[in-house]
Amino acid sequence: MRPREYATLGAADLAASVRSGQASAREIAEAALARVDTLGPRYNAFTAVTRERALRDAAAVDAARARGEALPPLAGVPFAVKNLFDVAGLTTLAGAAIERDRPPATADATVVARLAKAGAVLVGALNMEEYAYGFVTENAHYGAVRNPHDESRVAGGSSGGSSAALAAGIVPLTLGSDTNGSIRVPAALCGVCGLKPTYGRLSRQGAALFASSLDHVGPMTRSVTDLVLAYDAMQGADAADIACAQRDVEPARPALGLGIDGLRIGVADGYFHDHAGDQSRAALDIAAKALGAERRVTLPDVERARAAGFIITASEGAELHLADLRTRAAEFDFATRDRFLAGAMIPASWYIDAQRFRAWFRARMHAVFAGVDVIVAAATPVPATPIGATAFDLHGKAMPPRTHLGLLTHAFAFAGLPVATVPIDGPGLPLGVQLVAAPWREDVALRAARALEIAGVSHARVAAGALERGTPPPS
Amino acid sequence: MTREDCERWLDAMAAANGLAIDPAWREGVLANLARIAEQHERLAGFDFASSPVPAPRFEP
Repeated sequence: MRPREYATLGAADLAASVRSGQASAREIAEAALARVDTLGPRYNAFTAVTRERALRDAAAVDAARARGEALPPLAGVPFAVKNLFDVAGLTTLAGAAIERDRPPATADATVVARLAKAGAVLVGALNMEEYAYGFVTENAHYGAVRNPHDESRVAGGSSGGSSAALAAGIVPLTLGSDTNGSIRVPAALCGVCGLKPTYGRLSRQGAALFASSLDHVGPMTRSVTDLVLAYDAMQGADAADIACAQRDVEPARPALGLGIDGLRIGVADGYFHDHAGDQSRAALDIAAKALGAERRVTLPDVERARAAGFIITASEGAELHLADLRTRAAEFDFATRDRFLAGAMIPASWYIDAQRFRAWFRARMHAVFAGVDVIVAAATPVPATPIGATAFDLHGKAMPPRTHLGLLTHAFAFAGLPVATVPIDGPGLPLGVQLVAAPWREDVALRAARALEIAGVSHARVAAGALERGTPPPS
Repeated sequence: MTREDCERWLDAMAAANGLAIDPAWREGVLANLARIAEQHERLAGFDFASSPVPAPRFEP
């Protein structure tokens, strides 16, 4: 399979090619590795390549097919993971220089293992913000991830390598994590899809945590169908993660064909309108129109939700790294260090206030879903900001991108709600919308996301430059 | 919260937590403390009596 052809295919397409014998898993793995070599450094997306493992796992898929075995749903699909996930044999960096000293992981994180069991072929680990603290992925140790749609701009964060690897057509599937928006912000800024499931739906065992009471993990892809394939493969209880719910697998795939008939869809107004820039509002209007969403939904006390989430994140994150802050503070990325040090000084009563507010907010959000099935909101206030920018303009106010590109995502993570993010077609840089559903109703959020693709307003595309650059010259 | 308040807060909590704040980092940490205090002020007007049980809930 030629690298250019490979780059445009999604996970479902590639798995179908392997099943039908149109392509071997080895050919596909080699095409993926060729793009990792060509484009990985250009966008600074990868921090490790698992070449031997990829070729070995691909060979196992091909051997299974040769034996006439039924292949699992992601057989032969290359994927890569944010480098906070344990990968057997690799040191889990979590974007930090301090972690380089640690021994390699001895086993894969649960979700990595589940994707591998579903036949997916791991090709590497991806760059991210240090300890997932920020929305730009301008990492002081490993460099900034460049957005394939405009290399002078950020890919978003903290899962910046995960979104860039998709937009560059290097892999069709990546994993990210989302504490306050770290799947949704980079997905939107790179024009790809992301799913932040309900808090507790997917196991975080083997993932380096950031703020445990807010941490989620989830898939990122270039289509909703692929998002669902990966999500379904990763579901299931896991006693090794205290937050992971003891729920049966609830496949979302059967729901994708249901469309949106009968769904009550509303557009988030108030805070969400005020904190969206003009281009984001335009993208949201396109999505709302395509979904026939005419009602408006006002969410309760969103400013306070963001404030409480800020305090919980800073406090839990600082506590997690307190030992290193005492002895190795100089080795942190300066941007995370200063925030963690301040977070370590938060009085316990403030943290508890924030958690008490969270309980109130959660109950109010449940009440909102008595009247609506899906809430649509812009994913980011603005498109990707230039690398190195210290501020972006939002209706005349200067906002720092590292902390404020997530203005529209915090509240939904704070409430632990499932959110699918998809790109919306437009004339400029990529932008996305969030489709938010009630707890445990990922299927509903994904139905609405798929409806936007079917309506023709959402297409995740490989960046044109990446498509050209990833094509070797004719020999 | 005034800058002086933040300075006192930083010195007291750094000592209590065993954190050495390099002079070069002090301004950055102070700026973040001020931001945290701002966020807590946003929470301050909330009627906490309406949510009396602090989370997370402990399950034995």
